[in-house]
Amino acid sequence: MDSSKKTINVKVNGESYEVSIKPKMTLLQLLRNELGLTGTKQACMDNSCGACTVIVNKMAVKACSVLAMQVNGKEVTTVEGLASKDGKLSILQEAFLEHSAFQCGFCSPGKLMSSTAMLEELENPTEEDIRRDMEGNLCRCTGYVQYLEAIKSVVQKRKEGKI
Amino acid sequence: MKDFEYFSASSLQEACSLISQYKDVGKVLAGGQSLITLLRQKLISPTCLIDIKGLKELDYIEFDKKSGLRIGALTTHRAIEKSPLIQEKYDVLSEMEKSVASVQTRNWGTIGGNLCSADPIGDPAPSLIVLGAKIKLVSAKGERVVALEDFFTDYFTTIIEPDEILAEIQLPPPAPNTAVEYMKFATIEAGIKIVSTSVAVTVEAGSDVCKDAKIVMSAVAPVPLITKKAAEMLKGKKLTDDVIEEAAKMAASETDPTTDVHASAEYRKEIVKVLVKRATKKAFEKAKKA
Repeated sequence: MDSSKKTINVKVNGESYEVSIKPKMTLLQLLRNELGLTGTKQACMDNSCGACTVIVNKMAVKACSVLAMQVNGKEVTTVEGLASKDGKLSILQEAFLEHSAFQCGFCSPGKLMSSTAMLEELENPTEEDIRRDMEGNLCRCTGYVQYLEAIKSVVQKRKEGKI
Repeated sequence: MKDFEYFSASSLQEACSLISQYKDVGKVLAGGQSLITLLRQKLISPTCLIDIKGLKELDYIEFDKKSGLRIGALTTHRAIEKSPLIQEKYDVLSEMEKSVASVQTRNWGTIGGNLCSADPIGDPAPSLIVLGAKIKLVSAKGERVVALEDFFTDYFTTIIEPDEILAEIQLPPPAPNTAVEYMKFATIEAGIKIVSTSVAVTVEAGSDVCKDAKIVMSAVAPVPLITKKAAEMLKGKKLTDDVIEEAAKMAASETDPTTDVHASAEYRKEIVKVLVKRATKKAFEKAKKA
């Protein structure tokens, strides 16, 4: 083993991993390059765009700006972990499809992770809450309205007791 | 990013001992929301990082009626934003935190890390300075408490010694007959601020005369800027629109902004006038009712 490497234990999408990494590895590199979870996207690499958003211990974070060493012992959820094991999409994923909340789709995994974390935290987010909590996810196709509608539709279903 | 040695400190004491050992080549890592970008862009290349993010002993928000508020340096922005205690006693901090970067950054980034990165566009420093913040710096040799307004010396530069760690932010109890207002101007909410300002106004009890005022701004100078002359113009006066207007003009003349991709220096000065006017007026109205 390379002596400069360190071992971390991390749970990703319910699976436990023990990996040996260089300390400079980011969480994004760990997910994509070590674990093959390429659903999390690499884009700006300077903590701006939100394409690499994942959930760490229930909080949305930008994986490009967190060292993998710092998630040692923590639970990470990526876009691959949103659907159930048998492939059934999450309610939010379904809502994104229904509302065509994708154009090129590159920012979608990050948006799904931010909105999933928000809906875990807030039972009935207002439009202002949604806009504020989604500020950290940029879409360069400017497809903002559709995914706001998608998120709002999930909130509405909650209010009506349908989910 | 260049390779570095990595240590995860298990206590503040251990962190202090590590940083005293590696002070010439090491950096302290908290949430890393600025540091990781700096490392990636090779603007800095320490050969050793001392990770303190996991230190629970520096993650707290505590209030005492006599001594005021103490925030552990590793408290996240999000925890400050969401703290019912802060919303009740220092609501301006909660308001300000809502616009610090994005939710993702606030979830992982810490208040201590933000202050130590000393970015002149940072929002927390002006609001904390207006509230009279002090900070506690610790090292293996001991500790010292300094006023936050004396902490910053230049762009991305502070008085912190290479072997010191910022451990705590301290605020006095909320002052009577005082209101503090935070306002910012940015093209998008979570984006880079063109200018932001925090204004505190204290009125004479039962009157509408301004007894004390403080105006602090970000993004208009190499450090959080206290516009003393403008604040002086408010003291002892009834804050009519004219008085506030003159003070806002003075505030703009005290700034030394630069031109960058986000705004020209001239434009920033104009925005200063508008923001100081609005924030002072609002703080004054609130202080009368406080």
